[in-house]
Amino acid sequence: MDAVIASLPQYWDGFLRTLYLSVISGIIALIVGTILAAMRVSPVAALRGFSTFYVEVARNTPLTIIFFFAAIVLPRLGVKFEQFEVAAIIALSSYTAAFIAEAVRSGVNSVPVGQAEAARSIGMTFIQVLGFIVLPQAVRTVIPPLINILIALVKNSSVAGAFFVLELFGYGRQLSNDYGDQVLWILLGVAFFYLLITVPLGLLAHFVERKVAIAR
Amino acid sequence: MTTQASGDALVSLNGVNKHYGQLHVLKDINLQVRKGEVVVVIGPSGSGKSTLCRAINRLETIDDGAIAIDGKKLPEEGKDLAHLRADVGMVFQSFNLFAHKTILENVTLGPIKVKKVAKGTADKEAMALLERVGVGHQAPKLPAQLSGGQQQRVAIARALAMKPKVMLFDEPTSALDPEMINEVLDVMIQLAKEGMTMIVVTHEMGFARKAADRVVFMADGQIVEDATPEEFFTNPKSDRAKDFLSKLLTH
Repeated sequence: MDAVIASLPQYWDGFLRTLYLSVISGIIALIVGTILAAMRVSPVAALRGFSTFYVEVARNTPLTIIFFFAAIVLPRLGVKFEQFEVAAIIALSSYTAAFIAEAVRSGVNSVPVGQAEAARSIGMTFIQVLGFIVLPQAVRTVIPPLINILIALVKNSSVAGAFFVLELFGYGRQLSNDYGDQVLWILLGVAFFYLLITVPLGLLAHFVERKVAIAR
Repeated sequence: MTTQASGDALVSLNGVNKHYGQLHVLKDINLQVRKGEVVVVIGPSGSGKSTLCRAINRLETIDDGAIAIDGKKLPEEGKDLAHLRADVGMVFQSFNLFAHKTILENVTLGPIKVKKVAKGTADKEAMALLERVGVGHQAPKLPAQLSGGQQQRVAIARALAMKPKVMLFDEPTSALDPEMINEVLDVMIQLAKEGMTMIVVTHEMGFARKAADRVVFMADGQIVEDATPEEFFTNPKSDRAKDFLSKLLTH
């Protein structure tokens, strides 16, 4: 317990870095995932094919391997970055985007097809149909799985700790070494700070779900 | 006057075929609809009449043949198709009002987003249309709060807001409770009187008698008869049509 209190500054620093990784990766993944989902339902076969390929590869590859690729292979291919955080963000967002794409696609499929047909028959383009009619109605069904994915993202960001990024888990490892006799407390402290992010996310899910309820 | 591609055909289908797997749903369809004409398509269910209607604005693709609106061939996909659809109003059996938009927004969305009409103008025109179909006071409500008949009248207003050259009705009263059918048919009859070009797939023989210029009878994916309502109802030529009409009249 003393170890936890003595290490609060490190915890705080790690907490902020975990939060930073999660928020940035989450935003990028939401944008990329939505675009991938749009490609998946588009009338252009090449876009559908690309999206399907990407999603299947990304979500069926272990996250550690994607991290390895981003942190070690990308730099060898000439993609240079100053900090390993950038590699972590690339890995986390490209991995999470695949799951978000699947969630959004299933949400799109939950909207009755007549809605899109009506929108198309008043002359809307594919993008307009999606943006004005289908996605706003898909939000309601997409929110619960989306929050699940984001919670998983927060926890997945701990993999960055193994790739030289000092976030919560990275500090956890360091502190466990420093306080070998109080490892249990140190790790409980780490878990507590993760919960500080993930529990409010769950609460947010409930709130947003109620807010966007559509009468049918 | 009902035959081959006269220059003023607004909607023309030539040699249109469509298959669903093994099923040949549209067999060599030829149909010309002139400006201002009201064509009612009737026939037993499964005869391909809805598919025909949906093919005209390419909600269904066709295997071969040609469909042209106002002399322009239906584009494949993309912006050109969207432009063409803006000129073709469509009313569905299940209304398909946008569930997350108010009644007013349902009508103004097309003009604002597709035709880039200013919101003030679009609102004013939409209100006039809603008044015309008798649901002006429902403007701020959501579709789910309206009865089926009211929703379908809104759907007609939504299509009219795009100032279409032709209106397609795909069994517009089939999902309605009996007491609501007339309120929708009245709006359609009014529209026909005002000179709108209409293609109506329906089971309402009363509407066909009252408002149609031509009745097209379909069976098994083919156009079996194409005649004026008087001719068709009093003196059907094919056995298929006689059979169909006799079944209707016994009840």
